[in-house]
Formats: sequence, C-alpha cells, structure tokens
Amino acid sequence: MNIGFELIRKMLAPWLKEASLMLKLGLAIVITIIALSITAPLLTQYSPIIKVGDALRPPSTKHLMGTNNLGYDMFSRILYGGRTVLTVVVSATLLSMCIGVPLGLISGYYGRIVDRIFSIIMDSMYAFPSLILALAIAAVLGPSMVNAIIAIAVVYIPTYFRMVRGQTLSIKSLLYVEAAKAIGARDLRIIIKHILPNLLPTIIVVFTMNIADAILTEAGLSFLGFSVPPPTPDWGADLRAGHEYLLAGYWWLVAFPGFMIMLLAAGFALVGEGLNDILSLRGAEKR
Amino acid sequence: MAALRTYIIVRTLMTIPIVFTLLTIVFIILRVMPGDPITAMVGMKAPPEYIERLKEEAGLNKPYHVQYVNYILGIIRGDFGRSLIWGKRPVLAEILDHLPATIELTIFGFIVSIIIGLITGTVAGVKCYTKVDTTLRLYSIIAYALFIPWLGMMFQLIFGVYLKILPIGGRIDPGLTVGWNTVTGLYVLDGIITGRYDIVLNALQHLILPSLTLGIVLSGAYTRLVRANMIDVLSQDFIRAARARGLSELKVLRHALKNAFIPILTMMGLQFAILLTGAVLTETTFSWPGMGTFLLERIKYVDYTTIQGTIVFFAIFVSVVNLVVDILYALIDPRIRY
Repeated sequence: MNIGFELIRKMLAPWLKEASLMLKLGLAIVITIIALSITAPLLTQYSPIIKVGDALRPPSTKHLMGTNNLGYDMFSRILYGGRTVLTVVVSATLLSMCIGVPLGLISGYYGRIVDRIFSIIMDSMYAFPSLILALAIAAVLGPSMVNAIIAIAVVYIPTYFRMVRGQTLSIKSLLYVEAAKAIGARDLRIIIKHILPNLLPTIIVVFTMNIADAILTEAGLSFLGFSVPPPTPDWGADLRAGHEYLLAGYWWLVAFPGFMIMLLAAGFALVGEGLNDILSLRGAEKR
Repeated sequence: MAALRTYIIVRTLMTIPIVFTLLTIVFIILRVMPGDPITAMVGMKAPPEYIERLKEEAGLNKPYHVQYVNYILGIIRGDFGRSLIWGKRPVLAEILDHLPATIELTIFGFIVSIIIGLITGTVAGVKCYTKVDTTLRLYSIIAYALFIPWLGMMFQLIFGVYLKILPIGGRIDPGLTVGWNTVTGLYVLDGIITGRYDIVLNALQHLILPSLTLGIVLSGAYTRLVRANMIDVLSQDFIRAARARGLSELKVLRHALKNAFIPILTMMGLQFAILLTGAVLTETTFSWPGMGTFLLERIKYVDYTTIQGTIVFFAIFVSVVNLVVDILYALIDPRIRY
C-alpha cells in the first residue's frame, strides 16, 4: 500500500518538486473549476434556467457573460453547467474503472481462454471511434444524464482493462507473488493484497487522463444533442445552441462554453501528465 | 519474402475475429440493450401502430438469434439493408455517396496535423529539456484539450463573420457543380482530373477552416511522438557518425527525421479512429456533407437500418485501415514478422 500513500503525499506537496509545474497548473485549474461550480449559488443571483433579462445581450456588469437567446444568464449557465459536466464525467469514469479494473485483473491473472475473449472484445472496442460508439449507445438509450453516463463509461472500459491486464501480467511473475502462492494464499487474496496496490498509482494516472478525454466525449455527445436534455445547463449543449447565432456575431454564446471545456480538459490532462512525471521519475530513481 | 507473406496472411486473418466482435458489439448495442431503439428514437408519444410498422420493416420483431444470423449473413453478402425512408435506397449506396466528403476532410486534416506535428516535434526534440520544449509540451496538451466545434466556431467567427474572407460551411459553392460529373467524389482531385481549376480553388477554400480545425486538434499527439522519436534517434551512433563526418546540422536532421518517422506509422492506425471521431464533430460544425452529418441526420429521422449500416461500415472501415497500416509498416520495417 506504501506506493499509493506516497503518491498521495506527493500529490499534496507538489511544490516540493521542480518537475511538477504541470501538476501545479493542472490542480489549480481543476480545483478552481470544481470550487466555482460548487459555490455557484453564492456567485450568481440568477438561476440558469429562468429568463432573467433581455435576450442576446452582450457581456455587461449585470450579466458577466451576456444572455442567450432565451434571456438566460450565460454566467450562471457556465457555473451550473460545470456541475453537469463534472457529475457526468466523474461518474462515467468511475463506473468504467469499476468494470475495467476487475476485468483486467481477471484477464491478466488467469490468462488462457478468458483472457483471449476479454482481450479481443476490449481491443475491438478500443480501436473503434469513441464518439461514434458513445453516440450509438446514447441514441438507443435516449437523451438523459444517466444514459450519457452509461454511454461514456462503456467507451473508457478498454483503457483500464488494457493497462491493468498488461501490468498484472508482469507483476504476476514477480518473486513475491510466487512466494505468496507457495505459502498457499488464495487467488483473490493475491489479486487484492499483492497485485492491486501496485497498480494504484497507474490507475490514478489513467483515471485523470480518462477524465480529460471523457470531458471532450461528453461535450461531443451533448453538442450533438445526446446528453442531458435542455434546459439543463451543459457546456456542449450551450455551444450547440450558440452556433445558430454565430453568423449574427453573438460571440459570447459560443466563446465561453467552449473555452470552459478546453480549460477543464486541459486541467485534468495536466494533472495526469504531472502525476505521470512523478511516477516515471520514481521509476528512474529506483533503477 | 516468405516471412513477409506469412505476416500479411496472419495479420489479415486476425482482422476477421476483430470485425466479427465489433459487429456483435454493434448488434448488442442496437438490439439487445434495454429499451428498444425505435421507441427511443421516435419518442414515447408516437402511436404504437407506427412503432410496430417500423419494427416490422427493420426486422426487429423476430427472435434475437434469427435477427443476429440475418444481420451477419447480410453483411457478409455486402447487403447493409435498405433505408427506411427516402425511397428505400440501399444503405451502402447512401454511405458511398457521403464517404468521399469525409475522406477528403480527413486527408487534409491529417496533412495539417502531420505538418504541425513534424515541425513542433522536431523542434521540441532538438531543444529537449529547454523552455522551448516545455512550451511545446504545453501546446500539445492544449491542442488535445481543444474542443473541435469550439475551435471551428472561433475560426468561423474570425475568418467568416468578421474578416469575411473564407466560407464557413459546405464543401463547395452550389452553383459550381451544376452539370459537372465527379469521378472519385474527392472534389479537389476531380477538379484536377476534369481540368476545372475554378472548382479546385473553391473546394480548397472550403477545406481550409475544417482541415485546420481537425488538424490542429490532432497535431498534439504527433508533437509528442515525433519529439520522443527524435530524442531517441538523435542519441544513436549513426547521427554521431554523420556529425563527425561534418554534415551540416540540417542534413543530420534529415537523416534523423527519416528514422524517427517509422514508429509514427504505427500510430496512424489508432490515430485514424480519433480522426474519424474528430471528423464527425468537424462535419457538424461546418455543415460538411460527410458520414458524420449523414449519420446524425438519419438518427434524427429514425432511419434505423441506415444507422446500423453506417455504424457497421465505420467498424469495418477502421479495421481495414488498421490492417493496411500494419502491413505498410511491415513492408517498411523488416523487423516486423511473425
């Protein structure tokens, strides 16, 4: 378990390391956006789904990011939209982790026919264009938040599976696993006590990177109209709605939602990169 | 040469189970998953008789195993079914109508991403562990995090709405193609073949913003890959030898780049799936009449057989491209053999 704790300690003290500029920047972005969406009711007096002023007004002191075609306040839609995006994306990524990691462990540990079958399914899914897969699932299930979560979760199962399976294969042949087997430990105990803890750091890195990617997939789904139904605030959906008014030059309808998508995805990607740096640095020190 | 032939045969055979698995996954998603697709797509309020008729036409009221066998047999015969609307055209014909637009877009998007990736990656590799390198690393992360429709819309705003110098949607000005017969469906190529340079120019103008959008977003991955390969190659003996012989730094770089390029090929297969995902979003943003807009339009009209056919086509298309990339790689690099 040491490795997991060590990683968390390093996460909490990023300023100690020169190499973690990426991590610092990423954490700053992510924490800010999470804080903004949690404290949304304190930061804005307007509801995101009620007409609060004239339609299509440019940013002003009254409406920081302007108003949309229905007279909704864009600033509160951005803040509350962050809640939607974070809820969908984090639940989806957690769900795919809960499915992908056990499958990878089983596949890597037991090998043989189980491994063959899982591997070919996962490799096929991995090779398939992710958005189109999510789109097919979401189209069949119908647009809702839960369905968007399911659709996105399915897409990211293979990432966990491939990583966990590969690492399990190499850890399985290490001496201490052999020793545990020799003293008669059961398979389940070996997998949970001896293999899983070693995977934790990598799982955390993959988790953050997947969140970054899932943010873009969620945005894609809702941009195409297959995530939360209106009027729920959601950045991708707002971008879609704003696109219709682009030719008229209402830039604030598209500029802000899209920028937030990029910022949040980049934030998580930076955290993932930073954590990855720490991990590979530690690997290098060991060698 | 025998080893190469074995590789190609084995790799081709390996594609069969992958395609088969993908087809099964598509079948499970579209037919077996809870909630039936027709009701989900028409909406609960549609009259039950209408839903029944649609199901009947799509063959959805037979038992699953019969449906599955029919589905697989149909695909093997190259029969993707017929559209439920628009005069019951064969789905494959409709797909082939829209495929060239997507291919043209992906080719140009790919060229843009490779050019940006090669330049930024080489610079980052040569100047590795400097400020320039860190900046380019940040660039690759931000490029990856850019949401395609957003970047596209920003381009549309700047070049279409404010500067008014580039078209912001469509493949070509509609008036130009009257009485013009396409050969391949790729407008730029067809224009050159038929000598219609006004069409070439117009098609290229329409391509600039979509392919820049797609290319920039995908370039990040190449930046990192080229950088990693450059660092690796630059530390090898033949580069030191080339420098020792007094070759100019530019010539040394050319040597290095050639070798750094090989591993990039393998990436292209996987990158292709990402390219297609990107193309769907780019097409929607720029009203580009390709596979993506086609699929979404048919989802809207609940053209169930067409939706299934298009997704199946994507699955086969991606598998075949992966196969071709792997074989190309084996041809270039003699170390890849079974």
